[in-house]
Amino acid sequence: MSEEGKLGWKSLPIGGLLLEPGSSVKYKTGDWRASRPVVDPNKCTNCLLCWIYCPDMAIMRGEKVVEINYDFCKGCGICAAECPVKAITMEEE
Amino acid sequence: MAKVRGLTGDEAVAYAVKQANVDVVAAYPITPQTIMVELFSEYVANGEVHSEFICVESEHSAMSACVGSSLTGARVFTATSSQGLALMHEMMYIASALRCPIVMGVANRALSAPINIHGDHSDMMGSRDCGWIQIYAENAQEAYDWTIQAFRMAEDSDVLLPITVNLDGFILSHSMEGVAVLEDEEVEGFLPPRKPLHTVNPEEPLTVGALALPDYYFEVKRQQEEAMKWVPKKIRETNEKYEKLSGRRYGIMDAYGLEDAEAAILCLGSTAGTARVVAKELRREGKRVGVIKLWVYRPFPTEEIVKVTKNLKALTVLDRACSYGAPYGPLGSDVASALKRFNRDLSLLNLIYGLGGRDIGPSDIRAIFDETLKIAETGVVKEPLRFVGVRE
Amino acid sequence: MVRLKELPTEELLASGHRLCAGCGESVAVRMALKVAGKFTVVTNATGCLEVATTIYPYTSWRVPWVHVAFENAAAVASGIEAAYKAMARRGAWDKKVNVIAFAGDGGTYDIGIQALSGAMERGHDFLYICLDNEAYMNTGIQRSGATPHGAATTTSPAGKKVPGKPEWKKDLIGICAAHGIPYAATASLAYWNDYMTKVQKGLAAEGPAVINVLSPCPRGWRSETAESIKLSRLAVQTRYWPVYEVEGGVYRLNVKVPKPLPVEEFLKPQGRFRHLFQPEFKGELEAIQRWVDENWSRILRLCGETS
Repeated sequence: MSEEGKLGWKSLPIGGLLLEPGSSVKYKTGDWRASRPVVDPNKCTNCLLCWIYCPDMAIMRGEKVVEINYDFCKGCGICAAECPVKAITMEEE
Repeated sequence: MAKVRGLTGDEAVAYAVKQANVDVVAAYPITPQTIMVELFSEYVANGEVHSEFICVESEHSAMSACVGSSLTGARVFTATSSQGLALMHEMMYIASALRCPIVMGVANRALSAPINIHGDHSDMMGSRDCGWIQIYAENAQEAYDWTIQAFRMAEDSDVLLPITVNLDGFILSHSMEGVAVLEDEEVEGFLPPRKPLHTVNPEEPLTVGALALPDYYFEVKRQQEEAMKWVPKKIRETNEKYEKLSGRRYGIMDAYGLEDAEAAILCLGSTAGTARVVAKELRREGKRVGVIKLWVYRPFPTEEIVKVTKNLKALTVLDRACSYGAPYGPLGSDVASALKRFNRDLSLLNLIYGLGGRDIGPSDIRAIFDETLKIAETGVVKEPLRFVGVRE
Repeated sequence: MVRLKELPTEELLASGHRLCAGCGESVAVRMALKVAGKFTVVTNATGCLEVATTIYPYTSWRVPWVHVAFENAAAVASGIEAAYKAMARRGAWDKKVNVIAFAGDGGTYDIGIQALSGAMERGHDFLYICLDNEAYMNTGIQRSGATPHGAATTTSPAGKKVPGKPEWKKDLIGICAAHGIPYAATASLAYWNDYMTKVQKGLAAEGPAVINVLSPCPRGWRSETAESIKLSRLAVQTRYWPVYEVEGGVYRLNVKVPKPLPVEEFLKPQGRFRHLFQPEFKGELEAIQRWVDENWSRILRLCGETS
């Protein structure tokens, strides 16, 4: 594994503690996906089902419709499968 | 000013824990530790302490609960022996690696099989590499004094390591002595409320116990070894302050007669008391003998051992545990390694004794001193590792 | 009653974790944290969730989080809960904090059952959520006490002689209810309102509460990542996973299923049951359907329902 930028034992917090909450947002899982969800804003009723079902918190509540955060979306397709009005389609990445 | 109470070793530890204003005690009963937790639960039932006493369903859960409590910033104590210590083995490593300043009383008892409830050091020796500071008490007084000092040492922000205070099962845990105890206010002053560096607290959402892959694990473990290096200094500081309070002096080890001894016995726990009595007799007869009693076994006082034995010609290390198939017993190995580190050539005899509570008395010790004096004279150690007191 | 639009937008579980695409555990944790809020401390047993959300130096947790070992999420939670009590007694702590333990079925049904039982018996005030994906997934899909009969796992493979796990699934909530705790329940991700309401109830209960939420695992179940919620729904609609609660010892059926689908509908989309659809194992499918029917009748009786 590459050693650059990694702190040594003298600088790390003791006991393997991680002090910065939510630091995983620095790790973009968006490059995992093979297909991406696309929201049709005309069909979306803002029911928020896709929002609550997203395992990666990659759907954001917008003003009128939801938006996908492509930095983290892994392309699982749950949102497209669960949307009651079929407003989301999975397109190849 | 000191009051003297008739207390067994277990009772002395429980009393010290009461005075230390512990927040949480999570423990499971096992002979011969039982009195520690039974007496403490009486304090709880009588409203004499503010502590939460968790009667956990196993020793593994005892240490797990202690880790949880310690991480919130609470002052924590537990106690166990033998099989219980073996059962919580996994957790011992985790407690020290997560830097939880837990204090644990261990009434040392033999490990099964065969099942045996009597005293030897095999339980703690089985966990000697787990990163805990390990103290051995010679009598109930020492068990009391070290338990109080342990909280202060463990919780020091430069240390933050858990500590075991070991006392020989039954020999010390169940024997009554006159123990000079401090006043509650004196202990309270000596042990102010814990000031943790980090706590499990929604206002500071930290993550404890992450997965560290090969790119980080090594660094975290290196930090643990570094913490051990601070321990002797902190122990001495604590001992100094405690001496001012109690009038009793402690240190890393107690060396009797080593100024002019040519033969000495090195051991842990109650046997040191017997050895000292015999050594006194022998010295009156003109024999130059001494006794080295280690109070602190981990971190091992490598340099101090080499210094204190500099005038010796022969040293017999008594091990109350056996490391099967190893060149020496656990204590013997550490002493031999320490001497080797400093290229010190000293005739060394390692005797394994007292397993399963097999008694060792003054006449046995006298014979050992005689043998050691012989080695000092001839420089020959016929059998460097031997069992003593076992029927052939 | 939980309204999605009223839930906070703040994510207490952050993106960037490395759970598989379509992981049910992630959805279960997120839903629970949405109603639990910031003043929550989480203990987590070793498993997929723990490993994938805290790869040093990254963490996905925005609440205090403690992982100690595999079998002791409940014991660690007990210690945390007791410590807060003791520190409050001496004036060093004055906040009301939710203590939630998350563990997989491995860390609950099997190696963790002792710690959970002890914590329940002692009455600690905490919520234990079992994320049941029906096998030891993190170590490579080995069978657990929660693996259903006939499922193929790496330690109960579908062989010529033995078609998947011979044993039957343990009744976790039955075990918990037998401890007399204030609240125990099963839940399904597809019934999010029911699940999140249960989390609220569990947190409000004074004493131990346990929720067992079925957490589909596309990897281990060999199902489509997009079908995790659909499978959560089918599990309920086939009566395979009855959704009920035990509040103060009283059983209540939360999701009635008057016209159940045959259990095959739940099994078919999952590769771990594929071998059961071979003609020689027809008897196995029938046995599973019988088990589902008997289990459902048993739950109905307990809930005082007739259908």
